[in-house]
Amino acid sequence: MKFKKKHFERRHIIEFSVKSIMRLALFIVAGALGLILWTIISRGLPSLSWEMVSQVPQGGYYMGKGGGILNAIIGSAYLATGGTILAMLLSVPIALYLKAYLGTSKWGEYVRLSLDVLWGIPSIVYGAFGFALMILLGMRASLLAGIIVLALVELPIMTRAMDEVIRRMPVDLEHAALALGSTKFEVAINIITRQMLPGIITAILLAFGRGIGDAASVLFTAGYTDRIPTSLMNPTASLPLAVFFQLGSPYPEVRERGYAAALILTIVVLLVSFGSRWLSARLNRYTIK
Amino acid sequence: MSEIEFTQIKTEGRLSRPSTPSRARTDRAAQRTFFIITLVPVALIIIVAAALVVRSYPILNSYSLSDLLLGETWRPNNGEFGFRPFILGTLWVTTVGVLLAVPPCLLVSIYLAEYAHNRTRTFAKPILDVLAAIPPVVYGVWGLLSIVPFVDDVLAPLSDRWLGSISIFAVTQPTGFGILAGGIVLAVMIAPLIISVIFEVLSTVPNDLRHASLAVGATKWQTIRTVVLPQVLPGIVAAIVLGASRALGETIAVLMVVGNVPNIPTSVFDTAYPLPALIANNYGEMMSIPLYDAALLGAALVLLVVILIFNILSTLVLQRFLRRS
Repeated sequence: MKFKKKHFERRHIIEFSVKSIMRLALFIVAGALGLILWTIISRGLPSLSWEMVSQVPQGGYYMGKGGGILNAIIGSAYLATGGTILAMLLSVPIALYLKAYLGTSKWGEYVRLSLDVLWGIPSIVYGAFGFALMILLGMRASLLAGIIVLALVELPIMTRAMDEVIRRMPVDLEHAALALGSTKFEVAINIITRQMLPGIITAILLAFGRGIGDAASVLFTAGYTDRIPTSLMNPTASLPLAVFFQLGSPYPEVRERGYAAALILTIVVLLVSFGSRWLSARLNRYTIK
Repeated sequence: MSEIEFTQIKTEGRLSRPSTPSRARTDRAAQRTFFIITLVPVALIIIVAAALVVRSYPILNSYSLSDLLLGETWRPNNGEFGFRPFILGTLWVTTVGVLLAVPPCLLVSIYLAEYAHNRTRTFAKPILDVLAAIPPVVYGVWGLLSIVPFVDDVLAPLSDRWLGSISIFAVTQPTGFGILAGGIVLAVMIAPLIISVIFEVLSTVPNDLRHASLAVGATKWQTIRTVVLPQVLPGIVAAIVLGASRALGETIAVLMVVGNVPNIPTSVFDTAYPLPALIANNYGEMMSIPLYDAALLGAALVLLVVILIFNILSTLVLQRFLRRS
């Protein structure tokens, strides 16, 4: 009798309520995402048209006349691709060096700390830094400047993401290769890159997605233009800024197209995000577990 | 495809393996190159900070630090550069954002780490990933279209009716733009980061501790409250500080909903003008006004210093935690 009574103690009621509140919190977070996507889709879809994604702005576009934001789509593709490639050139060697040579040494921890700190620096500071540097060098806002600043923003994201997956590689594999007489460089090139390819690709796409959506860093450095850039020294438009500038317009038609541009940007970012997930699951089949 | 490649390389390796001394030389050269590249991130922090100090030196030189940080008027044309409204604006928006984010984030991460089935976790992870992937400017659009009207139509009247006598909830302006809207948007933006870091910190607690507590008859929540949480409290604080430092520097999304009026806020319904928004709205233009450019880079420097302190502290605590596992 006594035992049965104990099952309905106060602590069990608390247990139940805490659990319910936690479920509610999870529901709120999921609901926030649903609300964001619903807002962007329901407001962006009406003004989304083939014209939007296939044409550059025509005369009077910013007063509600015809045209599209192809300049911003291509510009963002150039910016993010360039920034990602530049960041990759640095982050792949850093991640490999951290694993193959440094391991968990003191210097390795310092490098990781500095990457975490870089990750925390807001992109507006990178943008201001980039612009100050451009003034010093006498450079104008251009695709090149935008690419360089985006590479700075992407570098820590990409490297830390790579480091996280590379660190999880089974040590046995490395030891086996070293025991057979491989040098550390050969381990890095032949074993780590091969084994960790899915993780490396995920990291690259993660940084690409971050780069394509970042507005504050390209605000001063890449400029904005209605033309599609033909050289690295041209200024270029970008999708996040296309959203931002069109929303500031006094013309409702232009604002509506800003919502549509936000929808395009969201779709691009989600495609990159899901694409990397799919790709990494596919490539994971070829690694040694 | 991958299998074919693998065999090819294997044969290639066997046919033309370079001699040992040359392989050792390659290794040494690679090590040196890798080392130099690894210096880049370390050097970059110093370069960014140094560049901002050098470029904002003119203004740091002509005004005292207290004039700049505590000055209340911002009139670049008259040579008045008081950062106080902007610093307070940043603090208000960040505080509101973090306060709104922490309770649900804490609950969600505890739930995911301690209670949830694997199925729930695999369902929650993509949600957090997508929330983290959505660009700031899209959050801004959402804030503009949903949160600003929501604050204006729902929260402001409610607060006016029930909390109007408390000064930090006083409704002073009827647009919906302001600190609360900025805080709500920020809270959603930093949630995925805080949740994933706390989740990771919680998973460093050894299962034996949980089992021991459960074995003597504690409920799960009693175990979490008395055994798990005390173990990881510094880690949780560090996760929140990390989220706060992310919120401090958030630019575009906040700028779009916060009103951008350089006043000293006294209520969550007031408009504010955070430092990142100040830089984003003014930098690159009006460079003809003397010291303006230096003042804006000074603002960037203030932001950088605060964020670096927050970041380094939280990262050091987290590194200690996560290394233990």
